[in-house]
Amino acid sequence: MSTAPLRLVTSDERSVQLPSRTRLPVVESEAQLRALLASLSGVDAVGAEARAAKLATRSLKKSTKLAALDLAISMVDLTTLEGADTPGRITSLCVKAIRPDPRDANVPSVAAVCVYPDLVAHARSVLGSSRVKVAAVATAFPSGRAMLNVKLLDVREAVAAGADEIDMVIDRGAFLSGRVGQVLDEILAVKEVCGSTHLKVILETGELMTYDNVRRASWIAMLGGADFIKTSTGKVTVSSTLPAALVMLEAVRDFAETTGQLVGVKVAGGIRSAKDALRYLVVVNETVGAAWLTPDRFRFGASSLLNDLLMQRLKQRRGAYVRPDEFSGD
Amino acid sequence: MSEDLTHSPLGSLAYDPAPESASIAHLRASYGLFIDGEFTDPVAHEQFTSLNPANEEPLASVAQASSADVDRAVVAARRAYDNVWSKTTGAERSKYLFRIARLIQERSRELAVVETLDNGKPIRESRDVDIPLAAAHFFYYAGWADKLDFAGFGPNPQPLGVAGQIIPWNFPLLMAAWKLAPALAAGNTCVLKPAETTPLSALVLAEILQQADLPPGVVNIVTGDGSTGAALVDHPGVDKIAFTGSTEVGRMIQQRVASSHKHLTLELGGKGANIVFEDAPVDEMIEGIIDGIFFNQGHVCCAGSRLLVQESVADEVLRRLLRRVDQLRVGDPLDKNTDVGAINSAPQLARIKELTAYGEAEGATRYTSSCALPDKGYWFAPTVFADVAQSHRIAREEIFGPVLSVLTFRTPEEAVAKANNSNYGLACGVWSEKGSRTLWVAERLRAGVIWANTYNRFDPTSPFGGVRESGFGREGGRHGLEAYLNV
Repeated sequence: MSTAPLRLVTSDERSVQLPSRTRLPVVESEAQLRALLASLSGVDAVGAEARAAKLATRSLKKSTKLAALDLAISMVDLTTLEGADTPGRITSLCVKAIRPDPRDANVPSVAAVCVYPDLVAHARSVLGSSRVKVAAVATAFPSGRAMLNVKLLDVREAVAAGADEIDMVIDRGAFLSGRVGQVLDEILAVKEVCGSTHLKVILETGELMTYDNVRRASWIAMLGGADFIKTSTGKVTVSSTLPAALVMLEAVRDFAETTGQLVGVKVAGGIRSAKDALRYLVVVNETVGAAWLTPDRFRFGASSLLNDLLMQRLKQRRGAYVRPDEFSGD
Repeated sequence: MSEDLTHSPLGSLAYDPAPESASIAHLRASYGLFIDGEFTDPVAHEQFTSLNPANEEPLASVAQASSADVDRAVVAARRAYDNVWSKTTGAERSKYLFRIARLIQERSRELAVVETLDNGKPIRESRDVDIPLAAAHFFYYAGWADKLDFAGFGPNPQPLGVAGQIIPWNFPLLMAAWKLAPALAAGNTCVLKPAETTPLSALVLAEILQQADLPPGVVNIVTGDGSTGAALVDHPGVDKIAFTGSTEVGRMIQQRVASSHKHLTLELGGKGANIVFEDAPVDEMIEGIIDGIFFNQGHVCCAGSRLLVQESVADEVLRRLLRRVDQLRVGDPLDKNTDVGAINSAPQLARIKELTAYGEAEGATRYTSSCALPDKGYWFAPTVFADVAQSHRIAREEIFGPVLSVLTFRTPEEAVAKANNSNYGLACGVWSEKGSRTLWVAERLRAGVIWANTYNRFDPTSPFGGVRESGFGREGGRHGLEAYLNV
């Protein structure tokens, strides 16, 4: 029996395959945008949720777990978005962001602190020359219900106050009523005001309701120039879920393979335990791969998550849990 | 693009080993035959060894039942039927079944490890699929035991008597549950013959039956090779034979029970077609193809071993599929992160190798995962054949391994014609976002089970079974009762 040559799948084919040159789809009219969105594959909700649930059973042990915990810490956007926020609280948060565990200099800094625009200048002054970024939620966060010029002013002021990153919200009302062109135009306008400031576009997946919508909104945001697409504001009943993040990561992968541009993903809202965070990292690892396992392309928007990551990190090293009060509340 | 996409500054997440402990299995050094509620030595004192296919190490010594032993088991089952079980009310039978279901749940971790050790399947599957489904079947049929009057077979339907049940090695405990639960609910007593290479979980189940205080003789478990199965099939005291396994053996059984009084149901092989239309939900479809053929190393009678892809998307589907195949984690079945485990036995591995060699010789394009395989044990890397024609052996014969044959079609008519052009008719999958087309195709497929936008989903409430050379009779659901009632 003759033996035909085996064709082995190489490791190149395992990762995301980028095109030889950057090429964005031409979207010059709402009709073109609609056609592009209609050409996207549908999402089977049962299948997407089953896939996410399956990935959630991955078991990270020993050195993998330690590496993943440190990676997760470095990806946190330490967030406080309360009406009662004070400069004192922001100071505390920023100090913690730079050095999450005062007793252990090996713990990486978090990626950013995330605050309302009026507290950006204060956060900026506390963070000084550290590499922790200041992210500001803007565009009439969290509802996005304001006039466009108000939203743009919101962004402009936050950038002027020293924000490195802007977390904007999309107009869900426009999206759900089918005015996708308006959603895109608004993102483009915000992007223009941002200039080189990193733009994260919040889809608020809990209000989009279907995974088909999540995929379409992801594409609109990426076409609008988002550096990151973000799941949620954390201000509605349903925040980030693993299947929604999976669908967004698939969109990011497909966008990279189509355009050559690598867009990041931020999951936010309701992620409180290290266990949850590691599950997201597994989904990142097995959907888009190692290129996204960096704070430049994946973030957790969270507050209490950091303390659990620190606690689990210590537990892995000491073999026993420490009291929660070992870590500062803010 | 110069950017290296395979490494991040912090490295990739190469998962450290996360093995479940083999000691959880609590295996005994040797097992007798479970007859009349007791573990007993076989008459001829013959034993054989059950191996761990992942490393070829012996797990336990198991009794080889001779025809004399089978006779003892059938006599015990008949006695239990006449004296106890036929006089036990449905409500009482239901209590025993509920008890068995709960005990399976209580000992689920142990059972999962036993199953993985003996079969080679990943612990993730034995833990998340085999054992929970086995418990679910007992729960489901426990509910039917006192409601047989309302099952649609007329008033007061009667059991058949003693059921001889022969099960395969691919889902050892689950197949035991599929056979025992409806038989017991309907009021039969049973003699179960587990597969030669995977007897251990059935023997742990025997312990569970003792724990549940099931009356002696209601279930008897005789381990052994094909000769034990043949003795059971030929025994005149058996009223019913239920067999799951190869079409070849099924044909032999049908010949042997012909002209006898015995009832027969057969669940045989398959060559399932997974049909992908261009509007399929792509990411879930890729996962569905993977689940369809690499679930349980492809040792699944209803495996989606033929992928029929619409030509317009064939290249893209193949590209995405191969990327996903290469991500599959192949190795230690006890590792919680393993996706694909060991091939169950050396003969099965030889058969897979033989058929894949034909695939290459006949001109199909072979893609093999670049995964590393362990040195010891029976292993076969996940494999995809593209450019397969209907006439290729790999498109016609059941490989029963992690090997997928990819064919293309242009129209729904062609998809149906190709899917039906098989001696088998167990299961098919249809992938499309257009419901009307899915239904149009499903109506025309000759198969017992048709999945839409999913594959290899099982539920005790849903009947399962084949047409043509995939067998006859249904297991699961209300229909599953019919195989054990005189209707």
